[in-house]
Order: sequence, then structure tokens, then C-alpha cells
Amino acid sequence: METQIICNDLVLGYDGKVVSSGVSFEVHRGDYLCIVGENGAGKSTLIKALLGLNPPISGTISAPGGLKAAAIGYLPQHTEVQKDFPASVKEIVLSGCLGKGGFSPFYTSGQKMLAARQMERLGITGMQNRCYRELSGGQKQRVLLARALCATEEVLLLDEPVAGLDPMVTKEMYGIIENLNRDGVTIIMVSHDIAAAVHYATHILHLSRTPLFFGKKEDYIKTDTGRIFTSYAGGETP
Amino acid sequence: MIAEMMDKLVMYFQYPFVQRAMVAGVLIALCSSLLGVTLVLKRFSFIGDGLSHVAFGALSLSAILNRIMLAVSGAAVQGILGVFVKNQMLLVMPVTMLVAWLLLGATKKSKIMGDASLAMLSVGSLGIGYLIMNKFSSGGNVSSDVCSTLFGSTSILTLSDFDLWMCVIMSVVVVAVFVLCYNKIFAVTFDADFATATGTRAGVYNTVIALVTAAVIVLAMNLVGSLLISGLVVFPALSAMRVFKSFKSVVISSAAISVLSAAVGIVASILLSTPVGSTIVVAQLIVFIVFSIIGIINSKGRKKV
Ligand SMILES: Nc1ncnc2c1ncn2[C@@H]1O[C@H](COP(=O)(O)OP(=O)(O)OP(=O)(O)O)[C@@H](O)[C@H]1O
Ligand SMILES: [Mg+2]
Repeated sequence: METQIICNDLVLGYDGKVVSSGVSFEVHRGDYLCIVGENGAGKSTLIKALLGLNPPISGTISAPGGLKAAAIGYLPQHTEVQKDFPASVKEIVLSGCLGKGGFSPFYTSGQKMLAARQMERLGITGMQNRCYRELSGGQKQRVLLARALCATEEVLLLDEPVAGLDPMVTKEMYGIIENLNRDGVTIIMVSHDIAAAVHYATHILHLSRTPLFFGKKEDYIKTDTGRIFTSYAGGETP
Repeated sequence: MIAEMMDKLVMYFQYPFVQRAMVAGVLIALCSSLLGVTLVLKRFSFIGDGLSHVAFGALSLSAILNRIMLAVSGAAVQGILGVFVKNQMLLVMPVTMLVAWLLLGATKKSKIMGDASLAMLSVGSLGIGYLIMNKFSSGGNVSSDVCSTLFGSTSILTLSDFDLWMCVIMSVVVVAVFVLCYNKIFAVTFDADFATATGTRAGVYNTVIALVTAAVIVLAMNLVGSLLISGLVVFPALSAMRVFKSFKSVVISSAAISVLSAAVGIVASILLSTPVGSTIVVAQLIVFIVFSIIGIINSKGRKKV
């Protein structure tokens, strides 16, 4: 199996202040990695490091396959999109294609087709001219997911994609992500929903000040931490 | 009555200075509204105001520098300095661009430029500018000088050919930059993190936005004066956002609103003999109120359906 990302002994933090250290893990093509851990454990920080937005204090992130920035799609945790931003669904999804456009100032027909295909895939074609800020939480997440897919179909980084969604829509969202993973998209997902993580993921990374666990989910369930958390979740496994 | 006004208008439009004012006014309005959308959405509305004060400070400084240089050097040097004397923009523009870059382009690294420091910068340059004008002014009417720099009361009607060309060239550059970077500007404004992560160099586009903003503001100073520039930048975008829902429609309609209200404002100011700058701003304000009402009606209508 092709290794896509190798993180070696990362120390993560902001302005020299350490948030989390000793983070090492590998991601292979087609993996479904779930990053779990309490609030403030540094999950989002790790995602930002992987995206190159906030480089690690020390340690290395390497991509043996030559994964470029343009090959990572990203679904941010809090969409810091201002409440009154006027933007149609189509405009947002299209903006995901930009990394591929090189210096062309306008969208090519190839990019437009790509955007149309991803909207179709996520079932938002019907609302492509609607205003983003007037959509529901679940619809917004689909739009952002379509945008991320426009950027790449190699690796998707999802930071709490189901936060704030109702149980039905949450399940639907997990279904979409699972399908993407089946299509060969590598998924790296931050989640607080350990039951779902254990259900869907192939690998688990449990972050704390230092990582408590990294490995296959089958092994995670057997560890003490894993057992505590999964028993908390109380058989809610979807 | 109306025929009388039309006659007056036709008469005025035969004067070259009125034609120049109209062309410059419309162009400046176009440029500032294009940028306005980005600035408003990035929560940088106030930066227009701050930058215009910086430009005001730089303007008075350059006026004094010119005078000192002229006094010190003899007539021989005047040939070279003549350019500077005629065109204070040559100092004002780079200074304003530098400050704009520090404020907008470099904000990520230096976190010093918060709300309060912007206020400090803007009031500081205003104070220094006024002080300099007051102390070193050539003895003429200081308060009318200051008034016209701050409110642009007449300066647009005194544009030279050189000013007009400068204005035309800058507007072409601004519009071209905006059109060519339109998609990237959208991406960077909507979600800078995502844009950066997927390989769009957000820093570069922020810098471009900053420099263009500075250029537009220095130009707009001629039209409405430094105190009223924010109006030119902010109103069209805000009005458009009341009614329109996609980025493209907001950009296009705010450009249209801005151009129309500038044209109407200039005509009205001629007919009613009011100051150009404030008339334009009042026109923008009226459009804003109308669009707000339309926006409210629209959303009410949608709720009922
Ligand atoms: N921009 C920032 N500058 C400085 N410190 C930050 C910044 N963002 C986050 N932190 C700090 O880094 C730590 C880890 O934050 P992070 O956002 O990675 O947590 P998280 O695991 O994603 O938590 P959550 O589950 O709440 O999303 C926190 O203590 C936070 O205060
Ligand atoms: Mg987080």
C-alpha cells in the first residue's frame, strides 16, 4: 500500500508554545484515519500543520508520493465565513478548483465540469444558485465538502464535519464520507464521536498532550483508553 | 423650472473642467466600489478611513517639503522638482501604499495592528497633517485649504489634464487587476485558510488588495476629500449586499450603484451649488436606504411563501 503522509515526532504549537508533542503516524492511500481527543488536545492544530498553515515547531511531515498542497482538500472546523457573506453555492464550490488553475485568471470549462460533477455527487446541484448563508448546517457542510473535493480526490482533511448536525443528517454525512473513502479518497477526520470513529475508521489517532494511541481501530478498542471511551459511548454505534 | 435646470446643465457641461470632473468622478466611484466589496467582507471598512487620514498627513507633508526644497535650491533644480511640485501624489501615493501594506498585507505576522492602533494611526496623521498645514501654510486661507482636503469641496472641479490622465490610468490598472484576480480575491476573502491550504498564495493577494486600496484612496481624495472616502468605499457594497446574494451580483451591482450615484451626485451638486463630495455621499446614503427597504420587503416576502 502506498504511503501518502508520514509524520515523524511532531511538536505542535503556536508561537513556540507547545500544544502537543511526540506525534508520529503514517497514512496510506485509502486509509480512513480518525483523530480523537479532548477539547484543546491539538487536533485542529495538527490539521493546520498537515495543511502547512501552521508549521510544526519541530519534527517532519513528509509525503513520499510527492503529495502537493493542491492535493489536499480541507473542511474547516468553524467555517469562519462571516454570517453576511454573499456567495452562491456554485461560486464556493468552484473556488475549490483554484489551486489547479495555475495562473489562468478565469475558470476553465474543465474546472466548471469538475465543480458540476462534485455538486452532483453530493446532491447539491439543485441549490447551486442559492445563497450559502441561507442554507442549513448540513447543506453548508455538503457545499464545503464539494469544494474540498474540487481541490483533490487524494486526501481529505475533515475537521469535525458533523459538529452541530442533527442525528439524521450526521448519519447521512458519515455515509457520504464512507462512500468517498470507498471511491479511494484517503480520509483524515477529526471527531468527538468515538463510537462513530470506531465504527467507520480503519485507523485511530488519540491525541492528548502526547498521543495516547495510534494504530488500527481493532487494536484501539482493546486498549484501556479505547475501552473507556467506547463504553462511554454506550452502544450508540450507528 | 426644469427647462431652466437643463439649460444650466448643458451650459456647465460645455466647460472642460466639468467634463473632467464627471469622468474622474465616475472612474473613482467605479474603482472604490469594486474594492469596497472585498474590504467590507474582510471587515476592513475602517481601513479606508484610516488610510485616507494617512494620505492627508502625507499630502500636507509633501506640500511643505516641496516648498522647503524650492526655497533651498535655486531655479536650476526646479526643472526636476517641478514634477514633484505639480504632483504631490508622487509622495502621497507611496506613503499610503506602504501603510496599507503594513495594515492589510502584513497583518498576519505583526499582530500589532488592532482596532486601537488603527485609530491611533489615523488620528495621529490627521493631527500632524493639520498642524503642518496650519504652521507652514503659505499664508493663504488655511481653513479653506484644510476644508477642501478633508471634504474635497472643490478640488474635483480644479483637476488638470495631468490629474485626469493619472486618474484614467490608475482606474484602468485597478479594474484590470480586479478582473484578473477576481476568482482568487473571492477565494481569499471567503476563506483564507482554505485558499492557502490548496495552493493560492493568500499573502500575495492580500498585498495586491492593500496596494490597490491605497491607490484608490489617494485618487478618491480628490473627489470626496479624505473624511468622506469611507462612504465611497462602504456604501455601494453595503447597499448591494442588502438585496443581492451572490458575490458576482454584489460586485456588479455595487459598481453600478456607485457609478450612478457619483454621476447623479456631481450633476446635483452643479445644479444646487452644493459641495461635490458630500452630495455624492448623500446620494449613496439614499440608495442605501432604498436598498435596505427592498431587502426587508424581499425577506418578508420569502418568509410568507
Ligand atoms: N491561533 C492560535 N494561537 C495560539 N494558540 C492557539 C491557537 N489556536 C488554538 N490554540 C491553542 O492550542 C490548543 C489546541 O487547540 P486546537 O484547536 O488544536 O484543539 P482541538 O483539539 O482542535 O480542540 P477542539 O476539540 O475544541 O476543536 C488550545 O489550547 C488552544 O488554546
Ligand atoms: Mg478543533
